[in-house]
Amino acid sequence: MNIQLRFFASVREALGSSNESVMLPAHVRTVGDVRDFLRERGGMWAETLAEGRALRMAYNHQMTEPATPITEGCEVAFFPPVTGG
Amino acid sequence: MPIRVQTEDFDLSAEVARLRAGDARVGAVVSFIGTVRDINDGASVAEMELEHYPEMTEKALEDIVVQAKARWDIFDALVIHRVGPLKPQDQIVLAAVTSAHRGEAFAACEFIMDYLKTQAPFWKKEQTPQGARWVDARTADDHALAKWNAASGKAEKDA
Repeated sequence: MNIQLRFFASVREALGSSNESVMLPAHVRTVGDVRDFLRERGGMWAETLAEGRALRMAYNHQMTEPATPITEGCEVAFFPPVTGG
Repeated sequence: MPIRVQTEDFDLSAEVARLRAGDARVGAVVSFIGTVRDINDGASVAEMELEHYPEMTEKALEDIVVQAKARWDIFDALVIHRVGPLKPQDQIVLAAVTSAHRGEAFAACEFIMDYLKTQAPFWKKEQTPQGARWVDARTADDHALAKWNAASGKAEKDA
């Protein structure tokens, strides 16, 4: 499955990437799985997306939880807790 | 339900005048403006950069206003949030609510700001003498959100 990734704020800076198109293996089925899959790249990916790290996720422009299933062509975003206002 | 994300500054009087124009039912207008402080967490702030998630931001703000309208008898609400580089004393955000009576407007305006602080995809980066740093989310903001989750809209109305 092919999906779009987006990264914002400190996560974007740490990864040195704001967006990416990625082809996922069949076992990656949820937003949480995507996070695990990206962590396997090691280095800053493992560190920035580490379990226990405060991280928010969005699926197709809605804040979401790790259990949300992903779909072909969807957009999954990772970012730190928001600080607007 | 005007929602705007913009780099330009805004004028409170003009925005409120537009929000209540032609609506004789309005008996209360409550507005909140957030501004850039010159000191945060013990460091002086020379500039603040506001980043956002363009495709998600306006929808997230609209969702917050829809929730406010479901909880209180308000007529309309306005949210303007600025992005890009800002200086101390600059205006960052405006939330304004109209209703028949002040209690509904006060509660809805505070609710909108509390939700915006935790649910709308904006991030602040400060320029300080020690270098640039991202502003950390405050646990107090999460507590403010929890308060609304615990309270029903009706209970707030009667207060």
